[in-house]
Amino acid sequence: VTIGLDSYLLLGAVLFVCGALCMAMKRNAIGVLMGVELVLNGANINFVAFARYNRAFQIEGQAFALFVIVMAAAEAAVALAIVLNFYNNHLTVDVDTAEELKG
Amino acid sequence: MMDLQQFLFLAIAAFTGLSAVAVLVSQNIVRSAVWLLFTLAGTAGVFFLLGADFVAATQLIIYVGGILVLVVFGVMLTAQGPFVTMKVGAAEWVVASVVGVLLLGAIVITALRGPWTDDAAPQMEDPERSASSAELGMSFLGVSQVTPPAKLRGIGLHHPFLLEKTEQGTKPASAPERKQMAYLLPFEIVSVHLLVVLIGAAYLARAKRRRGVVT
Repeated sequence: VTIGLDSYLLLGAVLFVCGALCMAMKRNAIGVLMGVELVLNGANINFVAFARYNRAFQIEGQAFALFVIVMAAAEAAVALAIVLNFYNNHLTVDVDTAEELKG
Repeated sequence: MMDLQQFLFLAIAAFTGLSAVAVLVSQNIVRSAVWLLFTLAGTAGVFFLLGADFVAATQLIIYVGGILVLVVFGVMLTAQGPFVTMKVGAAEWVVASVVGVLLLGAIVITALRGPWTDDAAPQMEDPERSASSAELGMSFLGVSQVTPPAKLRGIGLHHPFLLEKTEQGTKPASAPERKQMAYLLPFEIVSVHLLVVLIGAAYLARAKRRRGVVT
């Protein structure tokens, strides 16, 4: 086997799909948040792999990966604050019970 | 016979992928958090393999050291009895498996199609192929001169986005214009954004009296 760009793209795809399913299936709001982190990590693997294998993205890939990491930190902070707020008000973290905005 | 590069990639990739699957299938939220820790650490290992030392170190510091601590605190603050294990129905597992296989197939087919790289056989041993952290820092200071001109086959230099107008018509953007792309402004925006977001998160999660509780 030769390890090329495709191998890294496959790994990123696995992480992305796991994260997407995690977001869709988990009933715990923090589990949904973990799915978001998995998706962002899958995208980051793609960014850094392209930075390695494509000369045109040598800087760009790594720079975007760093931006994604910082954005993920911000997103995790806000999402956990919202989850804690929801837990304080409803005494549950089940996302199926968050239906007050349903039309 | 595998060389060290292939062995390391296969080991780390299997570790990372299986941990990600375990995050999905484990019903216990605490175990999911631990598997997420392994996934994030494995991703940092993948970054090290790709020669992106600075990104890998940042991944370890921010993800494993910061975000995961936040997630674990969230788990500890909310894991009360029934919320530790929330069962998902068998029908949902079947639907999710079908959707997941379809999605994975679509992504893999797309990823394996088309030339993504600029040359046929990139040399992994060539240290010039990955940007050093000094070059990365210079690009955040807005003085990036290291990016070579684009040789991207996917878009091609004749894509309208990369063409510049001249009197004779349009011609491919020359190398100096392509070299000016650097990230000072996005860097400043993202730092202010992080400050605003953290203040907002502290405001959202501040201690409040619970609704209906009379003290």
